[in-house]
Amino acid sequence: MKRHLSFITAAAVFSAALTLTGCGGTADETIVQNPDTEYYSQLKDEGITLNFANWGDYISDGTDGYPDVLSEFERLTGITVNCTTFATNEDLYAKMKAGAADYDIIIPSDYMISKMISEDMLEKLDTADIPNIGNTDPKYLNREFDPENEYSVPYFWGVTGIVYNKDLVNEEDFGWDILWNEKYADQILMFDNPRDAFAVAENMLGYSMNTEDPDELQAAADLLTKQKPLVQAYVMDEIFNKMSAGEAALAPYYAGDAIMLMRDYDFLGFKVIDSGANTFLDSMCIPKGAPNKKAAEMFINYLLEPEVAYANSDYVGYSTPNRKAYEMVSDEVKNNGISYFTDDYLETHTETFKALSPDAEKLMSDLWTKIRSGS
Amino acid sequence: MKKLASAPYIIWMAIFIIVPLIMVAYFAFTTADGAYTIDNIVKTGEYIPIFVKSIALAAIATAICLVIAYPLAYILANMRTSTQSTMLMIIILPMWINLLLKTYAWQTLLGNNGLINNVLGLIGLGPYKLLNTQGAVILGMVYDLLPFMILPLYTVMAKMDRSILEAAEDLGCSKLQSILKVIVPLSVPGIVSGITMVFIPAISTFIISRMLGGSSNLLIGDLIEMQFLGNSYNPNLGAGISLVLMIIVLVVMAVISLIDSSDKEDDDGIGGARI
Repeated sequence: MKRHLSFITAAAVFSAALTLTGCGGTADETIVQNPDTEYYSQLKDEGITLNFANWGDYISDGTDGYPDVLSEFERLTGITVNCTTFATNEDLYAKMKAGAADYDIIIPSDYMISKMISEDMLEKLDTADIPNIGNTDPKYLNREFDPENEYSVPYFWGVTGIVYNKDLVNEEDFGWDILWNEKYADQILMFDNPRDAFAVAENMLGYSMNTEDPDELQAAADLLTKQKPLVQAYVMDEIFNKMSAGEAALAPYYAGDAIMLMRDYDFLGFKVIDSGANTFLDSMCIPKGAPNKKAAEMFINYLLEPEVAYANSDYVGYSTPNRKAYEMVSDEVKNNGISYFTDDYLETHTETFKALSPDAEKLMSDLWTKIRSGS
Repeated sequence: MKKLASAPYIIWMAIFIIVPLIMVAYFAFTTADGAYTIDNIVKTGEYIPIFVKSIALAAIATAICLVIAYPLAYILANMRTSTQSTMLMIIILPMWINLLLKTYAWQTLLGNNGLINNVLGLIGLGPYKLLNTQGAVILGMVYDLLPFMILPLYTVMAKMDRSILEAAEDLGCSKLQSILKVIVPLSVPGIVSGITMVFIPAISTFIISRMLGGSSNLLIGDLIEMQFLGNSYNPNLGAGISLVLMIIVLVVMAVISLIDSSDKEDDDGIGGARI
């Protein structure tokens, strides 16, 4: 669990990590039992390197003895995968807009995909080259952000909720408002991106998480400003360190990462907030002008192999939209109350982000800068 | 010949310094659609408290660096040559470690459950809130930038002519007088470049404040980073803030170099050092 290590272990591991290639380990176990070798060896001798922009800890790369799907892909196809990570959708967007990135595959979330489609930043996928697309459960396809699934194939989904330290938080029946409770002053971590942070405030105020009404956005911003004195820090993946070291008591975050944390630290819990959580669907996309489109599609196809999708889901803790992989998921995980929900629950208790209009988005950005920079 | 020798740097400067500067200025005075606007500069006014805080923290960190580095550089310059190189090595050593890693280490040291609070806890003290404070940000700046203050001071002091000091003592200066009236004036160039090398990175840092400052110590560097890479994508405003920051830094440098040059004039008038 690379991010949970203490500094000293990290330094020790650092030198060992230097000897590894690509993104992860070199274990050579077989993951896909009967791969279509003819399909996967099409580009074998071309010496292609794929640039893969992914969220941190979002693929099973051989850490902690989990299967290394990347090295198997490299063995199978002769294509090298070069991983970089991003922390938020906005971060990915900025990197792509700056033009410095030449990614072949990216994994943005729903609302960012529709924004990228509208700004002509994504390449249409050639589904004939992705035979495994049929493994995806149809209920995750044809969503509003990409109605025909021309640009994206679902990778993982999940909900937001609150990671909490059971030793420091002695209550179990709480909602988002616990993040405003003065009892936990200076022990609260908060999302460091406007969309997720506003969603929490908007839900508390009874608004939609997709509101574009300037007054409602202002009210949400006021609520977030009110919370600021209680917030220890605005963070993203730093919650791994801070929560596992007991530095903070509460942190709103994504279910999958919470599962990863809870696997190693018994004193941490995760609560899905019934009043309304965000359901997100992160999908694999190919940016416009990607240098190796065909190889990228092959990689997407590989990630859709049931065994691979299962291995990834098992390691990263997020919920799989792959119906064949879902069959492999243990009942324990299926019923943990965090990973999978009934369609009815998702329908009534959660909301999916939509891309905001440019005006609303600009207002949200400006308000966010003000919240973060105010004293 | 001279022109030819400077050509590589001039080309470098044109491509990597002048052109980017022009681009910053262009972005600062345009909207996202490319139309002329002064908005980005005007809007910077909303962030005056952040500017004030950044300048204040950077100035405090620079002052602390100077106070620590000055005597150290003096002692260092008066050591045996072999000891000097060993000591210099030790001073430079932390610079081999990545800034991110060093700052991260402070996070684990200063945390509520960090090493320092754990040790204090053993003798019944604390836990104190050390991380996520202004103090932590200043500490991070001092720790990361101290070598940049020591090195120029050391260089100046090591080159100082010992005979001038002996002359001062011969002419009846006390130890303190010779420090104040000989060593300090002669080391002004070192002080000036030390201040410049510490103050400028300190005022524009974003990672130190982000990792050690918590929720309420956002500095100007963080604000700029947010506009370009982070979560309020607005490169035009970012360029506007950068431009204003650049002007502030230029003014500070101009003031510092004024002190430097006025001192030189004095030196010329009296001849060498003011004894």
